Amino acid sequence: MIEFTDVHLRLGERDVLCGVTARLTERRVGVIGANGSGKSTLARLINGLALPTSGTVTVDGLDTRRHAARIRRRVGFVFTDPDAQIVMPTVAEDVAFSLRRRGVPKAEIDRRVQEVLTRYGLAEHADRPAHHLSGGEKQLLALCSVLALEPEIIVMDEPTTLLDLRHSRRIAALVRELPQQVVVVTHDLPLLADFDRVLVLDQGKIVADADPATAIGHYRALLS
Amino acid sequence: MRHLTGVYVPGDSVLHRMPAGAKLLGLLAAGTALLLLGSPVALAVAAVAVAALYAVAGVGAAAAWAQIRPLRWFAPLLFAFQLVVADLSGAVTVTLRVVLAVALAGLVTLTTRTTVMLACLERALAPARYVGLDPFRLSLLLSLTLRSVPVIAGLATRVREAQKARGVERSLRAFAVPLVVGALRYADALGEALSARGLDD
Repeated sequence: MIEFTDVHLRLGERDVLCGVTARLTERRVGVIGANGSGKSTLARLINGLALPTSGTVTVDGLDTRRHAARIRRRVGFVFTDPDAQIVMPTVAEDVAFSLRRRGVPKAEIDRRVQEVLTRYGLAEHADRPAHHLSGGEKQLLALCSVLALEPEIIVMDEPTTLLDLRHSRRIAALVRELPQQVVVVTHDLPLLADFDRVLVLDQGKIVADADPATAIGHYRALLS
Repeated sequence: MRHLTGVYVPGDSVLHRMPAGAKLLGLLAAGTALLLLGSPVALAVAAVAVAALYAVAGVGAAAAWAQIRPLRWFAPLLFAFQLVVADLSGAVTVTLRVVLAVALAGLVTLTTRTTVMLACLERALAPARYVGLDPFRLSLLLSLTLRSVPVIAGLATRVREAQKARGVERSLRAFAVPLVVGALRYADALGEALSARGLDD
């Protein structure tokens, strides 16, 4: 469970978030809003990549201010640009990276890497350099590297923004199947169609919090 | 950038199966031997030996050529220069030495996966622990460098394209500023990704 309590966040002269309070317990939560509405920052607060200026963010009761490392073990994060997220030169190596850091034994690492790459159709690319993959495959790899760690919560910051329709649909289908709690920040409204709950952010505040159809309707009205 | 990453040619030859450490030590020994060989005849024999190793590895002529291709301007120049300052025998010796050393180093990369090479380096760097350096971080630094080369190269291509589109191709500033800004941004994003993936646990 993710809980925001009266979260304010100030970056320099700008109030990015002003008084966000929400409790996210649903399995599929979407966050939408115009550029600069604070939604990426909201996502980054969940695993402690950003910290609130005031107020608290907790994940399963752990405060992100004090337990960032423990929280990051539970929360996987997928960034918009997979190029920034892929840190190792080859595909299999990137998936293995985080596992090695956790001290998983080598044989177990190889097994898990193989398993996750096979499941998401990247097995044949295992030894290829990451930069030879297409944009869609890179995003898939970024997701694989996160899933190999078996996190309890997955946060995605605009995971489909740089992808073509086919790969966006592929990611959307994957999101639907994930057993974990997933929080997705996005401009890709169809992705949210079967979500349990959608938040609309505007100028650092939650202005709507409802089922997808209602929330998206509110968002459209807000922008028109 | 193909010569830096992605040159591994999958295969099952003796060279592919040999441990990375053995290959690196072999390279060191062969490089030393090349320096000690003084006559064109001895180096011609060495050239045959290198060609034979390539044949054993079975990586194909294209991959082999790609290894020494970067020398295609340098080698003739070196040869001509040596011809002027030394003699024909000296020119042949020096040029062959350089070409063969590069070819051998290339053969190691062609038959060794990046992962295996890095794991080997990490082991070799283990003693660094005693002077307070973390071998994992050292090998991470190498991996990140390998990973960043194609990313920054891609960034440079995009900046160049944007310049062309705006008709400011000749301006060094119009190239350098966005490239540096882009590289710094990439560094920030990479740092964030490393944190998110538990590096500072």
